[in-house]
Amino acid sequence: MTPFDAAIAEAPSPGAWAGVTWSATRDLRLALRSKAELGVLLLFYVIVVTLFPLGVGPEPALLRALGPGVLWVAALLASLLSLPRLFAGDFADGTLEQIALSPFPLPALISGKIAAHWASTGLPLVAVSPLLGLQFGLRGEELAVLALGLALGTPTLSLLGAIGAALTLGVRAGGGLLALLILPLYVPILIFGAGAVEAVCVGLAAGPQLSLLGAGLLAAAVGAPLAAAAAVRIALD
Amino acid sequence: MLEAQQLAAQRGGVPLFTVAFALQRGEALVVTGANGSGKTTLLRIVAGLTLPAAGTLAWNGAAVTPFDPTLRAMTLYIGHATALKDELSAEENLVSLATLHGANVDAVQARAALADWALERHRSLPARVLSQGQRRRVGLARLRLVRRPLWVLDEPTTALDTAGVAILQELVAAHLAQGGVAVIATHHDLELPLGTMKALTLS
Repeated sequence: MTPFDAAIAEAPSPGAWAGVTWSATRDLRLALRSKAELGVLLLFYVIVVTLFPLGVGPEPALLRALGPGVLWVAALLASLLSLPRLFAGDFADGTLEQIALSPFPLPALISGKIAAHWASTGLPLVAVSPLLGLQFGLRGEELAVLALGLALGTPTLSLLGAIGAALTLGVRAGGGLLALLILPLYVPILIFGAGAVEAVCVGLAAGPQLSLLGAGLLAAAVGAPLAAAAAVRIALD
Repeated sequence: MLEAQQLAAQRGGVPLFTVAFALQRGEALVVTGANGSGKTTLLRIVAGLTLPAAGTLAWNGAAVTPFDPTLRAMTLYIGHATALKDELSAEENLVSLATLHGANVDAVQARAALADWALERHRSLPARVLSQGQRRRVGLARLRLVRRPLWVLDEPTTALDTAGVAILQELVAAHLAQGGVAVIATHHDLELPLGTMKALTLS
């Protein structure tokens, strides 16, 4: 028995949770060192949302009717804009090969990357959304439901988007293809997310829509990392 | 220990090569060949990143398939791309990569590994400002931190100076002496101890 066989026999099989932690902490650290990119994304969201009151005029009833939809569509676009950076950097510099060959389970490593991606791109949108909701005349409970809906919905956007980002790795004009692949999958989240706020606006309970957003998040959290892992392996072949 | 039978690869439907080799403990396969002859493809197949068009790869007599956990636990693959993050320092990059390989590495070990490659003064510099040769050295520094029986090195001497090549040769020789196995693609003549080197030329 060589020292190697002994080393391998001794080495505990690395756990899934350690894999999630590794990629989440590394990606968050990288995100914090390139804050400008995050600022650009947040500004994009703020500007797109702000264009609507400027464009359609200051009619309060119209703005209240438009508000939830606009805030959610802008969140979808911001999410789409941020998706290419999820895997492209690691793909270009060879890190993705090392990730795929790591003894950690690949879906766990990808889950960590998605978590970090959401924390650095989705969470700031959630935080700023009540402020932007004010521009559309949304009030108290409506703003709370908006933020809660985004908090449940934006992680699902990152999870579903990861599948598209992995599938379009190395494809020329991948950005456009990514939009075509992913935006249709975002439709249910848009409907229930905007629907929750609209329900509160007309005096109904937002519970059903928020529950559906939560259910979507759970399903995506289980399935999306597995699908994205399979897509990453195809992209590397 | 590592055995390939009728391992074949294609590129765009055109057959690239069909090779067979067997490596015992302490042996290195040095792959040479012209540009485009398929060296990188062969190494990616051995590392488990690419599916061969035909043939099998066996480790200790058991067939291994791409991405299977056995293969991932025994292989250290260092490709063309250095896998360094520009925003992280040399030391952070090294610790991060070694951890990804499942090694438990502390700062002291990482510094020692960087010192081997004469990088102790550059350890806290972001990888962005390192030269190509220094980036290569940081990538190769994990050879010492991650214990794997099979090393798959794709053009490890690219951008390395003479001193760097000497360090690499020393590390590979020590790895082979411990009973490890290596598959190395290179244009540079590596000087390895007599009797440990098998040559494979792709045409």
